[in-house]
Amino acid sequence: MAEQGLKYLLFLGCVIPYRVASYEISTRKVLDRLGVELVEMPDFTCCGLPLDPVNHEMMMALAARNLCLAEQQTLPIMALCNGCFGVLNHVNKELKEDKRLREKVNEHLKEIGLEFKGTTTVKHLIHVLAEDVGFEKIKDTVKKPLNPLKVAVHTGCHVMRPSKYVTSDDPENPTLLKKLVRVTGAECLDYMDENECCGNPIIGVNSEIPLQLARHKLGNIRAVKAQALITACPFCHMMYDLHQPRIERAFNEKFGIPVLHYPQLLGLAMGMTPDELALHDLRVKAAEIVAIL
Amino acid sequence: MSETEKKLEKGLEEGTVLRTTDLDPKFKYEISKAPGAEKLMLCFQCGTCTADCPIARFTDSYRPRKLVRMVQLGLKDRALSDDSIWLCTTCFTCVDHCPQDVGTAEVVRALRNLAVKERPMPPVYKELSSAILKTGYAYEIPQLRLRQREEKGLPPLPKGDVDSVQKLFKATGFSKTIEEEEK
Repeated sequence: MAEQGLKYLLFLGCVIPYRVASYEISTRKVLDRLGVELVEMPDFTCCGLPLDPVNHEMMMALAARNLCLAEQQTLPIMALCNGCFGVLNHVNKELKEDKRLREKVNEHLKEIGLEFKGTTTVKHLIHVLAEDVGFEKIKDTVKKPLNPLKVAVHTGCHVMRPSKYVTSDDPENPTLLKKLVRVTGAECLDYMDENECCGNPIIGVNSEIPLQLARHKLGNIRAVKAQALITACPFCHMMYDLHQPRIERAFNEKFGIPVLHYPQLLGLAMGMTPDELALHDLRVKAAEIVAIL
Repeated sequence: MSETEKKLEKGLEEGTVLRTTDLDPKFKYEISKAPGAEKLMLCFQCGTCTADCPIARFTDSYRPRKLVRMVQLGLKDRALSDDSIWLCTTCFTCVDHCPQDVGTAEVVRALRNLAVKERPMPPVYKELSSAILKTGYAYEIPQLRLRQREEKGLPPLPKGDVDSVQKLFKATGFSKTIEEEEK
């Protein structure tokens, strides 16, 4: 499949252009090197996720609208955010299976001249890398194996649960992101509670609890002496990187754990410079780990 | 007043004793209409959802098992006014681990959806909703960010198609909820 050239509709979502440009920059660089083509979609909007708590029907309509635009292009969607992937994938599968629900959503879509037909698929960046590009091809692009580096991963919830809709990985023992890390030559360490939520989705309602969750996790990561944490979701990344100084202040504890987007790690292994991969945008500086590579 | 009557009075005051007249027997049907929440009557209160909930681990106030029980019993007002319904992060651990396939997170979502029809929504959801209505994005992305995209050589952001978004807000009736919130 990789020989024919892989092509996806890029679903950027909201939080990446708003606050986490480094994830987009490094993803584009790495996918370009792997020969994966991204198609820009001028009419995509928010995936719908933020509206689910207040109006499920509206979330479905907004997600379905994005899916319809993808159907017109006859190409699969690639999301970078776990939340966007979770919602688009869930709605896509649910509407394909449930005729009554599909009819109801199509009633709404008629207002904007669209109809959900169920002909597209939704993938997350890590699915594209692990399943479509493949580990072998990624390995071929690794010019500078990251052997001295020991890292931990935070896969994030919506690329593994609920298992009814997400089938690519084992939610009790997810391995996709770990395997992708190992391809770079870095060692991937296990730690306690690594499948637990980052807590970020409720930070706007209650900031105390998510900070406790994140502190607990950062503590477990520090305990196994990981030199960095690797994520593949802008929300999880914000929780551990952007909020890390806040967590350190709140609990009077020092972590200093750099948090890299997976494509930043892969890019380093491909021999790209930290600047090219926007490592300077990270809140917790990664200078120490760059120095040992 | 006899001892039993006194106990009953105290129980009613503390909310540990319920009046059947305070229960809404139809509430469970209302909630189970929501996609994913259909099986709520199958919950036999094992508590796996609460035991495995990462939020329940760090706060005493959020107990998904209790919320499902409130719905089963018809404690509509108590459930809808319980602020803890807003603490679910939708990690879906409860959904995956439930031995009865209850879809606990979906029940909580159905409670939230109903709660906002009767009382103000948490301010953060008001902000997100109005940003989506105005721009198609959950956040109003500042001009500075758009200029920075250009400088970094990134392609322009999708425009957001506000017109379509507004039509969908109307079609689903969600625009009414937002109008009520604005008042």
